[in-house]
Amino acid sequence: MLKRSLRRGALVGGVLVFIALIGAPAAFAREPVVRGVVTLSQLLLAIGALLAGSGAAPATRTRSTGAVVAAGAIAGAVCMLLLALLALLVSAVDLRQVLVNATPQLVDELTLGRGVVTGSTVLVVLGTVLGALGGWSTRLPAAISRSAVLAGAAVVVVGVLRDKGLAIAEAVALGVAVWAVAYGRSRWGSALATRYQRVQRRNSTMVSIVVWIAGLFILLGLPSILGTYGTSVLDLVGLYVLMGLGLNIVVGYAGLLDLGYVAFFTIGAYVTGLLTSPAASTQLGLSFWIAWPLAMVAAAGAGALLGIPVLRMRGDYLAIVTLGFGEIIRILVLSDTFKSVLGGAQGIIEIPGPSIGSFTMMRPQHFYYLILIGVMIVVFVSRRISDSRVGRAWMAIREDEDVAEATGVNLVKYKLLAFAMGASFSGIGGAIFASWVHSVFPNSFTLLVSINILSLVIVGGIGSIPGVILGAFFLVGLPEVLRSFADFRMITFGALLVAMMIARPEGLWPAKSRRRELHLEVAE
Amino acid sequence: MATLEVQGIHSFYGNIEALKGVSLCVNDGEIVTLIGANGAGKSTTLNTICGLVRPRQGTISLDGEVISGLPAHQVVARGVSQAPEGRRIFSRLRVFDNLEMGAFLRKDKDGIASDMERVFELFPRLGERRDQVGGTLSGGEQQMLAIGRALMARPRILLLDEPSMGLAPLLVQEIFSIVQIINAEGTTILLVEQNAHMALSVASRAYVLQSGSVVLEGTSAEVAGNPEVKRAYLGEG
Repeated sequence: MLKRSLRRGALVGGVLVFIALIGAPAAFAREPVVRGVVTLSQLLLAIGALLAGSGAAPATRTRSTGAVVAAGAIAGAVCMLLLALLALLVSAVDLRQVLVNATPQLVDELTLGRGVVTGSTVLVVLGTVLGALGGWSTRLPAAISRSAVLAGAAVVVVGVLRDKGLAIAEAVALGVAVWAVAYGRSRWGSALATRYQRVQRRNSTMVSIVVWIAGLFILLGLPSILGTYGTSVLDLVGLYVLMGLGLNIVVGYAGLLDLGYVAFFTIGAYVTGLLTSPAASTQLGLSFWIAWPLAMVAAAGAGALLGIPVLRMRGDYLAIVTLGFGEIIRILVLSDTFKSVLGGAQGIIEIPGPSIGSFTMMRPQHFYYLILIGVMIVVFVSRRISDSRVGRAWMAIREDEDVAEATGVNLVKYKLLAFAMGASFSGIGGAIFASWVHSVFPNSFTLLVSINILSLVIVGGIGSIPGVILGAFFLVGLPEVLRSFADFRMITFGALLVAMMIARPEGLWPAKSRRRELHLEVAE
Repeated sequence: MATLEVQGIHSFYGNIEALKGVSLCVNDGEIVTLIGANGAGKSTTLNTICGLVRPRQGTISLDGEVISGLPAHQVVARGVSQAPEGRRIFSRLRVFDNLEMGAFLRKDKDGIASDMERVFELFPRLGERRDQVGGTLSGGEQQMLAIGRALMARPRILLLDEPSMGLAPLLVQEIFSIVQIINAEGTTILLVEQNAHMALSVASRAYVLQSGSVVLEGTSAEVAGNPEVKRAYLGEG
């Protein structure tokens, strides 16, 4: 047991040392979470100690509470001891030649600004206390500790989001509120859900109408709550929802792995640019309202066209070919050959915003409503189609292509339909994107976009509509929110992604069939 | 006129000739079995009939209409349906959805509903598990589901590929007795089996396949009486 504590403490301590040496504490020190009480970097250390402590506790309940607390305390102490040693080392030896972040400021941050000796002692003492607390927390009922984690996370997220952090009272109020709600949910949630279902069953239309109207009001009101910056983040999330739902048809419903999905987004955007921009080579200057259906059709056509050569391909082969297709489209629009038409690296500029009468959409808030309508239509279509004959044919293809064919599914027809439909959603997204940013450049359409869309589908839950929406918020919204982490945005994001896929491999909001599949694995 | 007539089909996997001129026929209302060792070409014959494998030579006709060369989904539409080898059911879909997929090409809702009831009568255990996911069923239940799914297409001829594979003897008995019931109700059946003993006991006629060619054919009694068959497939003498 001592070994386990030492190992766990050393592991977390090592991670913290690494984080310290890449310079995060100094950057996070500017980020107060609770004003005048704790900064993000201090919080990071505290969370480390807590994690070390709770990890040191053995999973079985055979040990006494005292032993668990002791194990946690040792792990926490070891963890902080490593950081204290780091602080000592950095203050004694100038390592900046090798490790640019080993600065006096780091020492200051690690020792909580109390000088090396006192600070290190305080650090280790705090680590011991927090580690013990972490160990003790494993003996609490799961409902309590899990809600506490959630409450802590809420305080951190809101604190980071607020420019100057939360006031103490605010932090306490928020933490208690979230804890109460989360605890209440886990304690009485299922009872409440059944009661809600009973009410819903009794007058189902009334309840669902109320829920829908409330939801609609929230959606309509969001831009005025969030302001310009928040709304433009929301717009981006919305565009990714559009594309995610399109890819969800291809990957989630029909099970065809498409890694070049950005191609259809590109086509939608460029078609819109060519048709609407007076500066484009075509000089058509058509209205957005004429351009978007054409962009959609062009993307759908390209989808079907891509589908033809890959009809007989499966799995990895399909992924590679579609990956290539995505790159081909990007390189084509970048190429000198088509420079006279598509503008090469200069792209197409002066794409007007959509206008209704004399009103032209300019601000993110205007586009929000356009994107919202698009998302609602696409959600509706996705839902209807997944319950239809077509949806069933796709599911059969996903499960077993040969058997699907042997039960009468026309593979050619349904695969092409999946590619075309998926692409058309992305085409709409591209059209809105082009008119929103008023320009298209080849560099906006990199492989990274395809990967992002695929990731959001997977993180959200393959084949699940609410999952895709949540996934878009998580993957697109979160990096925006994490901007205050500055240079550490991507590493934080990556860590969160890894943590999430360990905690919930089936996605945030998995589709029913995926949930069943996981149950299946448990049963076996 | 035979319900199903296969005439001299040659099928290839790449350059390997899996079927070297197989001919057989199944008359209306019969159970005909195709027996043979592993790799003799039994499943290939069925897959060629289904349209999953295209024959390079030869013709297959159903009620006099040539179906060879048609894609698989059109062959199903003409009334050939298969319970594939290894019970390839849709393991993430529920029993109910699996059966519904079997009737994918049919539009008659009432007919589908009554056929589904009929499948649940034949296989009561499927009825009890209609909302369970295919993958959670036992091997025997999966085989029942595969047969039930094939029946949902209301086929002219039902192709069964190794229904006894990997099942306990008691379950094999049960499956075969249900196969006989299905046949008695008017469905023509072509049965591919390695378990020659079981197959010959339910079939009226049999073909023996060896290395892609039919080496023996006749009534089940004749085939079962053949000394070579006795030695190689029935484990006697």
